[in-house]
Amino acid sequence: MSTRRLGIAEALREAIAEEMRRDKRVFCIGEDIGIPGGWGGAFTVTLGLEKEFADRLVNTPISEAGLMGAALGAAMMGMRPIADVQYADFLFCAMDQVANQVAKMRYMSGGKLTVPMVMRAPVGVTGRGAQHAQMMEPYFLPLPGIKIVAPSTAYDAKGLLKAAVRDGNPVLIFEHKLLYGSKGPRTETGSVDASSDIPDGDYTVPIGKGVVRREGTDVTIIATLLMAHRAMEAAGILEKEGISAEVIDPRSLVPFDWDLVKGSVAKTGRVVTVEESPKRGGLGGEIAATLAEEMLDYLVAPVKRIAAPNTPAPFSPPMEKFYVPDANRIAQGVRELIAIS
Amino acid sequence: MKKPVKMKKTTPKKTTLKKTASSKAPRVKAGQPRGARGKAAPSYDPQWLLGLYRKMVLIREFEDRVKFLFLEGVMPGTIHQYQGQEACGVGVCAALRPDDVITSTHRPHGHCIAKGLDVHSAMAELFGKVTGCCKGKGGSMHMGDLSKGIVPAVAIVGGGLPIATGMALAFKMRNEKRVAVAFMGDGASNEGTFHESLNMASIWDLPAVYVVENNLYGASTPVKMVVKAEHISDRACAYRIPGVTVDGNDLLAVYEAAREAVERARQGKGPTLLELVTYRITGHSRRDPCLYQPEDERKRALANEPIGRFAKHLLAKGMAEPKDLDAIRESVKAEIETAVKMAMSDPDPKPEDTMEDMFV
Repeated sequence: MSTRRLGIAEALREAIAEEMRRDKRVFCIGEDIGIPGGWGGAFTVTLGLEKEFADRLVNTPISEAGLMGAALGAAMMGMRPIADVQYADFLFCAMDQVANQVAKMRYMSGGKLTVPMVMRAPVGVTGRGAQHAQMMEPYFLPLPGIKIVAPSTAYDAKGLLKAAVRDGNPVLIFEHKLLYGSKGPRTETGSVDASSDIPDGDYTVPIGKGVVRREGTDVTIIATLLMAHRAMEAAGILEKEGISAEVIDPRSLVPFDWDLVKGSVAKTGRVVTVEESPKRGGLGGEIAATLAEEMLDYLVAPVKRIAAPNTPAPFSPPMEKFYVPDANRIAQGVRELIAIS
Repeated sequence: MKKPVKMKKTTPKKTTLKKTASSKAPRVKAGQPRGARGKAAPSYDPQWLLGLYRKMVLIREFEDRVKFLFLEGVMPGTIHQYQGQEACGVGVCAALRPDDVITSTHRPHGHCIAKGLDVHSAMAELFGKVTGCCKGKGGSMHMGDLSKGIVPAVAIVGGGLPIATGMALAFKMRNEKRVAVAFMGDGASNEGTFHESLNMASIWDLPAVYVVENNLYGASTPVKMVVKAEHISDRACAYRIPGVTVDGNDLLAVYEAAREAVERARQGKGPTLLELVTYRITGHSRRDPCLYQPEDERKRALANEPIGRFAKHLLAKGMAEPKDLDAIRESVKAEIETAVKMAMSDPDPKPEDTMEDMFV
């Protein structure tokens, strides 16, 4: 099968276009998503789609609560909306709709209705300071009723978005600004290549299934989005020191692929979690607690959490560099674990 | 509250909404009310009017019975009740088709029954039984049944408006001649979602009707303390859509205003903001003694409550005898008692049913 090399923004665009061709119920709703001459959303994901799908790119006013609620209403009426909030930070403006309405409607109905909708939300600590560059995952992890995916490659981005559109329940997809590979005026400084060879033809990536990015025997590093790339770099550094690190990219945060993680931990006995968000209340804590409950006999060392400090994302580059974990910090965390066990 | 509230139009475009219809030539001749078509009908069908009367009585008796069960300590949870506002829900839903949809509020019992939810299903939900319309997962504040066109009620003030807007968007995108109605209280008109929703519906000419039941109090706060506008419907002018205020205790005035708004929406002409001025003759929620409502105001409101008013109208027009209305009330009471008995003997959910209807 032939393939094409695409970045995440292009892969997502293809996924949306293919799903809209496949299913007339699918439509996009959001701010700046389909204006001729515009950007195609904040990061070019929907660029040019208005040419083929003029009626199905619904450009909204700046009304995050309104557009999320509208997507919910349309979804309950049998449509398949893909709602876009430009920056994940703006989900707070829509929080009642997302957390109280979207997440709970099926349950409150006694299971009599479904909410087949996708929410797209760009994250990443990226030179914009506290309100346009924070990671939002920790705010949604404890919330029953929303699936959460976080692709770190173009292949996964396309496959997960297609799976989300077809899922039949609310799915929130966190996309990382440094991984989009957005081109032209929307090129992002400090971008990391997350492009993949995208096969021609239809495929999906199952929600709830993680992937081993690199096999190893001494330690399991768990990281998503940009941190998955940093973890791979760290594994490369550690290899030169004779430390064999296994890198797991969960890809989905909810549901979480516990089987994959537990299988790896049974092999390595050591775990390092990596997060771009503050340590307090994050995914690393959830992983550590679950492993302490269920895998303590296998652990030869405490779970190590590498995370951002408990502050808002700072603006100034030196502070931002301090805030976001990099390969060296991850490698150092692994060395400390190895040293005590 | 005695004198009818003046209707006020704020739309920049001319609308043809008539003043209260109860004293004017009735318009619909038989059976179903006219939703989408027809202005020429000579008269309301008396049987249809008695059906509306019965529905209002059904809601009143349901709510009074629920209040009693609640104060007795038999019913769990909390309740927000609809006594005094029956003409709003019944009048608006009389203008809707079964495939039209509504969103409701923390005070949803009346809307649900008006839109067609059966009283057993509603009562069982209040008791938290598996036979309830939401299998006991919703309760009073999330009562609903989408198969009847009722979204499980949204108990966050203003939270239903974007949802109704989105349902209307779906209808427009699929070119379906259906209408979405967002019920809300006066308090919701101060929420941000009110603005976001009316703006979107306006710019896209969505088939939506935003119905404000202005019962003069947001919980205990008088609406005049929190709204400077003379009428909440005045706000429609900001969206260049019709804004209409009618006497919400006049059933046929409500029906006529709703019919006009629904027809306009169905024809693709866009949304309407409809304010129905009414009065809550019960507490905001359980055990509220309403000390903030002045005594004389309450007295006037009780004299102006919609069921008694409509009964007088029916009797004056010779459409019913007192015994007919008595018979309706008796049959309603029997229906409610059956529903209560059934609901109380229905099975509770199993504790582990908590885990059902989840997917993640």
